[in-house]
Formats: sequence, C-alpha cells, structure tokens
Amino acid sequence: MHEMSIARNLIDLVQSHLDTLGDEQVGTQQINAGQIVRLHLRVGALSCVHQDALKFSFEMMTADTSLANAELVFQTLPVRIFCTPCDQEVTLPGIQRFRCPICDTPSADIRQGQELDLDHLEWVDAPADQPTV
Amino acid sequence: MPRILEVRTKILKANDTLARQMRDQFEAAGVVVVNLVSSPGTGKTTFLTETLTQMMAAGDRVAAIVGDLETDNDARRLAASGAPAVQIMTHGCCHLEADMIQRELPKFDLEQLDYLFIENVGNLVCPTSWDLGESVRVGLLSVTEGEDKPLKYPGLFNTSDVAVITKMDLAEVCEFDKNTALENIASVRPGMRTFETSSKKRQGFEDWFEYLRACHRNLCQPA
Repeated sequence: MHEMSIARNLIDLVQSHLDTLGDEQVGTQQINAGQIVRLHLRVGALSCVHQDALKFSFEMMTADTSLANAELVFQTLPVRIFCTPCDQEVTLPGIQRFRCPICDTPSADIRQGQELDLDHLEWVDAPADQPTV
Repeated sequence: MPRILEVRTKILKANDTLARQMRDQFEAAGVVVVNLVSSPGTGKTTFLTETLTQMMAAGDRVAAIVGDLETDNDARRLAASGAPAVQIMTHGCCHLEADMIQRELPKFDLEQLDYLFIENVGNLVCPTSWDLGESVRVGLLSVTEGEDKPLKYPGLFNTSDVAVITKMDLAEVCEFDKNTALENIASVRPGMRTFETSSKKRQGFEDWFEYLRACHRNLCQPA
C-alpha cells in the first residue's frame, strides 16, 4: 500500500510549503498547520491512488499532530488524450482503452490523468488565545 | 470563512526533484538506467540474470540494484552473472523510491558503467508513481499471468516505455493467446514496443539488447 508513502510526502510538502511562504502570498499573517481545515488534491485516473486508503493513511499519520484538523478533499480527473485526426483533446470514459471516443484512433498522447497534486488548501484564522507561529 | 491558499504542487515533488537530479547524473556519466516493474513471479530476476550474463559476455559494463521486502536472495541470484548486484531490503515498503536508489549509488563507479538495471519490488501498482531517475521503464508480463493483465493494471503499462513478455516457452502449455495480450497492451498504451522472451531458452533477447544499445547510443550522442 503506497498510500502511506504518499501521505508522508503530502504532510512533508504542506509543512515545507508553509515554512517557505512569503508574506505577500498570505497577507501579513503566517499560517500554521493547525489552521488548515482542508487539503484539496487533484488525482488523475491513472495515478494508481486509492483515495480511501490515502485518506485513512493521512488521518492515521496526522492524528495528534497540528494537521489533525485537516481533511482531504479529492478532485478526480479523467484521462484526456489528444486525438490528431480530430485535432482536439478528448476525454476517455475509462483507462483501459486509449482510443478517441469519436473516431476510434489510438493515441498515447496523454494530456490529463496522471496528476497527483496538492492543488490548494483552506485555512481559518487562529483563535485569538493561540499564538499563530 | 476559510480562506484559500493556492499550492499547485506535485505531492511527490521531493521524489521527482531527486529523480531528476539523478537522471542528470546518469546522463552525464553515460549510464542507461532501466527500471524493471512487474508482479511477483513474472520472472524479473531470471530475465535480468540472463540479460546481465549475455551483456557481460558481449563486453557491456552492467550492474544491478534489486528491491525486495526481505532477503538478499535476488542479489545473490543476479550476482551469479558476474555483474555487481546490490540488494535493497525495503522491510515492508511495496516499491522503491528515488532516495533508496541514491543511497546505493556510492557502491558503483558510474563512470565505469554503461547500464544500471533496477529490479523493482514485485508489485503492479505501487512502483508506478515513483520516478527513480530511470532512462527506461520496462513493464513485464509473463504468459502464466493471463492476457488481460494490461487491462487490469493499466497504470503500469501506461507509464512504461516498453513491455517484455516473459516465459514464452510456456505459452503453449498455458494456452497463452499472444495476439490478445498484444492487443491489450496496445489498448492501454498505443504503439508500445513489446519484446517476447524466454529466459530459460535464451530466446528473444537480440531485439532487447539492440533496443538497450540504441538507448545507450542516444544517451551518449543525443540527436
């Protein structure tokens, strides 16, 4: 189950991203991990990630840490290939057949579906009685 | 009201960044790195031992790194070829990651190598997400596994550059339908080159070696 490794990478990425944030990106306030309520992920259909397993791994690894309040939200992206005869990107209904659904021409030119990205996060103001750093 | 902070970063960025650095390092040293991925029992080790043995005999400078959850059995099998072979024991981790390979690199003199083979942990799902800095990813399928493996595990064949069908000597007794297998590979990865081999009978390796040597020529003399 490689979702444990992915969860570990996600946690490291969030922390390093917060550490390197310039003030101009978030106004004058530094965000800390405890203020994060949701992490929005973009997961391509070809990414081989089991979303429930990733969620489980993430929750297990962040319990009793400053990221314990953060929830994972998934946006699943279907595979899109470029079809040369149709001269356009087309969406595939599955991942077993890399042929244009319009003209049936095979294409290995994948334009979407391999993503495994942290797209954005949602954060709230820290309670007044807690320091923000 | 929650506020939004854009991140737009690959979750495996740390692995990808390291893999990119390693790829540059391999290219600068003129080493073709080949990542072999398949399920357990496909015959990766036998295929690789035969590959190493024949390439050594032809004067190619080869070495291997092999990942398994436990034991150094595979490294010992590979070392029978005479090529340097290093075992990584992942102790439960179902795939190799770039930093695991990086830690083993000081054991090799890259300047004295033409090819470094990495035999991944036997698994059809997990290794696909992890770039190891390889030049070529090879998805292997044995005739005993069934023709529809590419359809069941499209991610592996989709991220591979070439496919190898192993144990072709057993095709008849397994009633392996080669054309269906090739169609299924083409369905998930149109145009992918496929090699048909038998390690036991030492058949089908000429095209494979020719392919690897073309990769080496391209690496050393980019078009």
